[in-house]
Amino acid sequence: MQTVKMVITGPFNSGKTSFIGSVSEIPVVRTERKITDETRNVKNQTTVAMDFGRITIDKDLALYLFGTPGQKRFDFMWEILSEGMLGFVVLIDSSRPETFREARRILDTFRSYSNTPFVIAANKQDDEDAWPADDLKIALGLDSNVRVLPCVATSKESVKNILLELLYVILETAPEEPAPARKR
Amino acid sequence: MAIKGNLRDVGLNQLLNLIYLAHKTGALAIENEASRADARLYFKEGKLIQAALDGKAPRLTEIMVRVGKLTPEQAKAIHARSRVDTDKELGLLLIQNGILNQQDIIQGVKNYLLEAVYQIFTWRSGNFRFDPNLLPPDERITVAVTLDHLIIEGTRRVQEWEHLKDELPDLDVPLKFAERPDLNLRNVSLSVEQWKVVSFINSRNTIRQIASFLKIDEFQIRRIVYGLQTAGLVDVLPSPVAASAPRATAPVPSAPVGRSLITRVIDRLRSL
Repeated sequence: MQTVKMVITGPFNSGKTSFIGSVSEIPVVRTERKITDETRNVKNQTTVAMDFGRITIDKDLALYLFGTPGQKRFDFMWEILSEGMLGFVVLIDSSRPETFREARRILDTFRSYSNTPFVIAANKQDDEDAWPADDLKIALGLDSNVRVLPCVATSKESVKNILLELLYVILETAPEEPAPARKR
Repeated sequence: MAIKGNLRDVGLNQLLNLIYLAHKTGALAIENEASRADARLYFKEGKLIQAALDGKAPRLTEIMVRVGKLTPEQAKAIHARSRVDTDKELGLLLIQNGILNQQDIIQGVKNYLLEAVYQIFTWRSGNFRFDPNLLPPDERITVAVTLDHLIIEGTRRVQEWEHLKDELPDLDVPLKFAERPDLNLRNVSLSVEQWKVVSFINSRNTIRQIASFLKIDEFQIRRIVYGLQTAGLVDVLPSPVAASAPRATAPVPSAPVGRSLITRVIDRLRSL
């Protein structure tokens, strides 16, 4: 069976685990352990390695979703995870502007690995403090051609929409395939 | 007079046993024949007091980072702030600033020494030389580790190594994710090392290539893959393609994906 992968990245507590969990057909495999640093106050447990989900496309193909580690000290994993990915999603908690700078740093780091297609997901749009996707785009100083999409990571439909948008971007850059040889 | 030989003929457990029983003081230098890695172990009156792998005895802060007592950022900050030269002064600084206590430092150095020696236990051949009465430089912190338990644990690990080699004899094969719909993954918890390996699993990368890229030795990669296999997460693929392909030092990047494949993924996602 052939496998392809997408990477879901973003700052700590931006919703990566929920995002993958919303569409994965297997329970998201994750490693979690008690955290002992300054992020302690944000949530009681956090992802220290990464999340991993799967969507079976057909009998010959599966899509794997890899969530990157939430905290800075695990950023050595990013390049490893980005190897061979189809594209990536940068998930941002739109209600926490204090994380926007970190999101931009993550985006720049991933773009430096390769020119793989990506989209930005402005998550937690159901929060009344959430910045609109268009404002987020300006705040992040992104080019006009970058797609910044509203997202609610706990909603399957919303996550589906983000992944489809990413796939459309990937499709735009995918190489043309040679036409099959004609039979005589 | 120096004692010389090859690990093929005299195993590390025998050498350590000799040093332990004869209460020897001196330095044991070993060069791994397979990987060309080298190690230098220092002993005082039959106890291990320092270890240096690949020609370098790490500074105290490096050791503390390796054993998880300090973060790399803390280590960097300490070096930037202080002008101390010796590990003893560095240790004092760490204690005075309340970053670590004496027990943390002793235990950390001890753990580092043990792991270094356990690593050498997996070396099957290589020239060694024991120079009596040679001691490490004064500026480094030394912690005395008794050899009896170390020899027993090292020997156990050698047996584990042999077992892992039996279970996973060929590293020039790729891995694949297991297809077991009945598998309950909810309770599966993986280490960071296991995740690193998982992220490289595809039909193009052999286990050896993954290990080489991640700088994991053969013992560790066998242990990790065996753990993933036992948990039912991965299967080993017997691949004639991988076996006959020239061995790259890094995993092979995925080939460009065609439009028809992307369209299949899009169609599937739409139907979710």
